[in-house]
Amino acid sequence: MSGKAAYISDLAFEGEYWGKMVRSTVSYGKIRKVTLPELPHGYTAVTQDDVPGLNLLKVVTSEQPVFAGDVVRFQGEGILMIAGPDRKICEELASEVKVDYEERKPVLAIDEAVESAAHYSFSGGKPVGEIFASADRIVKETFTTGYQEQAYLEPQGMVGLYEDGRSVVCGSMQCPYYVKNAVMQTMGLDGDHVRIVETTTGGGFGGKEDYPSLIGCQVAVAAKKTGHPVRMILGRREDLLTTPKRHPSKITYQAALDRDGNILALKADVRLDAGAYAGLSDVVLQRSLLSALGAYRIPNFEVYGAAMLTNKVSNGAFRGFGAPQSFFAIETFMNHLAAITGQDPLDYKKQYFVQQGDVTSTGGLFHHHVPIPEMLTRAEELTDYSRKYRDYSRPQTGRFHRGIGMSLVFHGCGFTGAAEQDFIKAKVKLVKNEDDTVRILVSNTDIGQGLKTTFSKIVASVLELPLERILIDNPDTDVVPDSGPTVASRSLMIVGRLLERAAAKLKKEWKDGARQEVTEHYRHPDFMIPWDGKTFHGDAYPTYSWALNVVEVETDVLTGQSRLLDVCGIFDVGTPIDRTIMIGQAQGGMLQGLGYGSSENLEDRDGRLMQTSFTDYMIPTAMDTVPFKIDFIDNRYDGGPFGAKGAGELTLVGAAPAFEAAVEQATGCRFSDIPLTPEKVLDALTGKN
Amino acid sequence: MITFTLNGENVSSRAEPMDRLLDVLRGEFGLHGPKEGCGEGECGACACLIDGELHNSCITPAGAVQGHSVVTLDGFRQTPQYRLLEETFAEAGAVQCGFCTPGMTMAAQAILSKNPHPDKDTIREAISGNLCRCTGYNMIIDAISLAAERGHGLW
Repeated sequence: MSGKAAYISDLAFEGEYWGKMVRSTVSYGKIRKVTLPELPHGYTAVTQDDVPGLNLLKVVTSEQPVFAGDVVRFQGEGILMIAGPDRKICEELASEVKVDYEERKPVLAIDEAVESAAHYSFSGGKPVGEIFASADRIVKETFTTGYQEQAYLEPQGMVGLYEDGRSVVCGSMQCPYYVKNAVMQTMGLDGDHVRIVETTTGGGFGGKEDYPSLIGCQVAVAAKKTGHPVRMILGRREDLLTTPKRHPSKITYQAALDRDGNILALKADVRLDAGAYAGLSDVVLQRSLLSALGAYRIPNFEVYGAAMLTNKVSNGAFRGFGAPQSFFAIETFMNHLAAITGQDPLDYKKQYFVQQGDVTSTGGLFHHHVPIPEMLTRAEELTDYSRKYRDYSRPQTGRFHRGIGMSLVFHGCGFTGAAEQDFIKAKVKLVKNEDDTVRILVSNTDIGQGLKTTFSKIVASVLELPLERILIDNPDTDVVPDSGPTVASRSLMIVGRLLERAAAKLKKEWKDGARQEVTEHYRHPDFMIPWDGKTFHGDAYPTYSWALNVVEVETDVLTGQSRLLDVCGIFDVGTPIDRTIMIGQAQGGMLQGLGYGSSENLEDRDGRLMQTSFTDYMIPTAMDTVPFKIDFIDNRYDGGPFGAKGAGELTLVGAAPAFEAAVEQATGCRFSDIPLTPEKVLDALTGKN
Repeated sequence: MITFTLNGENVSSRAEPMDRLLDVLRGEFGLHGPKEGCGEGECGACACLIDGELHNSCITPAGAVQGHSVVTLDGFRQTPQYRLLEETFAEAGAVQCGFCTPGMTMAAQAILSKNPHPDKDTIREAISGNLCRCTGYNMIIDAISLAAERGHGLW
């Protein structure tokens, strides 16, 4: 608040250099030759030849070069860095570097792509082929979703230092240990010789999950080569052009219906545009597929999905992580099936809503209470949804038409499958000082979601101490154990739970005035059906958070513009620990979801992104929103701290389908593509008239 | 030499007239209140007050402040108005990542100094040049409204 929090751009390092990347201007090509301008004294070009370790970025696997080698695979890929004392001179020199390419034919669309970064298929019930063959009716529809940029207000930025044989990297990030592992591999150093420090981070939303590892490696290499600290902070346009975004998708559903419109079987085909490198696409795809049937119990189904490699910017993590694409598609498809068979969409969906004890699409279980009935009741109280839906279904005249839409979504809490147990193995530590203050040592970052407050509240509450006695700093890998990354809505549920246990242990052993340390390790819930990632079978998640969104709009049928009239979100995040923080998450997440569904248009042409600034990539402003109605259903989860479940991502997922449903009702048109911009609405209205 | 008033003090700068005011404030004067979010006048993270009016310092040439008064968060922080806003921003949950907050605070001061009792729609419009990606804005509007309610005579 006071402006005193130090972001990386606010910290100065003695003798620091600036680093500016030279980036590919072609979508796919072999580099024939690089010609550098004459470099003044003190200025250096940092290339793949300077990488002491492996010139491959460690993410899930390692396939993307830290500095492009002989081949570039997307426009914006970093080839080399010009480093030196003055920022402007570095930028000028970088613009004078000539790269001679032998261009190859790029793959620029999902449909053209042949190679996939990952693909999976799974099914349930009876074989769907026979059911489709004998169905009364088959409905097929394809949905498309566009890119979405995280648009954290603080651009990506890192400073690398090389001191006494150690690489130190400081900057804006979500996952210090991801950066550490990547820097170790690229610098060829062991864990004792790499230190990562998170500086106050101005928003992430997934955008600072994997990308900080890339620039972290680049500045680490440059720092060693130049012998100076090297700072690289991306300008907004560079950030928009080159950093990972939400995967565009193309999702096709086919439903086999009986005479009355009941769903006998469903087929889903989910294609994501991974971009040039696999990165996190495999895991993003998994979540897309696990959301493909929505919150519905479908008796027989077949799901196939693939993340296709194209010669465009690599896509990665963004709040929701593959789920927003699928939920938009399934929610809209269900609305369309209801319309086609002449039924009210909510009544139609009610027949299929899952409940506790139901089998999930992967043969796991919804182990815990599914509070859909309570959420529906609360939504009716807050929005008068059913009455308004009936009213707006009558013919509307005049220029402004109204519509109301509802969506119901879940978010699987934590990492998919057994990753917590097999890969992350989170560890937390509490240190009690002689003055009886308690320091929390975890690697999770507070990127605006209020983690420091929530963690402190958990520990203070168990120890029955005032909040002021609990200390927590930005993580420094020299100080904190690896409690895993700040992703997947896991920090509160998993790490918070470990802190709750650590605090309970400390309370038992508490000695006034003594220094004490307590460590806790992750324990996998024993009720879970083991997950098999190859066959997609078992419990993908221990539990689920639920969201019901209602959006009411008024659409100007002359311009295609829609104005929000009412937005409501009912959430089950277990027992919320800090209600104000949760309301903030809900409001911010829903507005991001509304932007995703309406205004945030980001297109590529010839492999190049067309919107590269906040002038043309339009995130919502204060004028684009209205007061939201937010409420929570308290549905305690015993596996989370004080009954809490994952919360951060859930809030984004349901807004776009609810918005689309509202605009469909207002206009009487059917849509299958987001963002649903006024232009698209107008096209449909004029085409229809 | 550009001379102007910065946070109440007379200062002179060696900057070129076309240098960005943001760089002068952050670089030459070491003021880290204004942040660079976009560099193109779209996000408002770099907002400061020039003669009481809200301006984006990233698209303001340094020469334009010759003879004028510039206030950044670093100076505003010393005032009772700031302390009240700090209290209500915290209470309303108006700060998440904090990167837009300095600019939002200056926008709040700009509107409240002109209109001590703005309604929520007026506040909404007053902060519409400042982007926030975390909060969804409503809690910021609540915070400014709360400050107006409690700020008897402050503005």
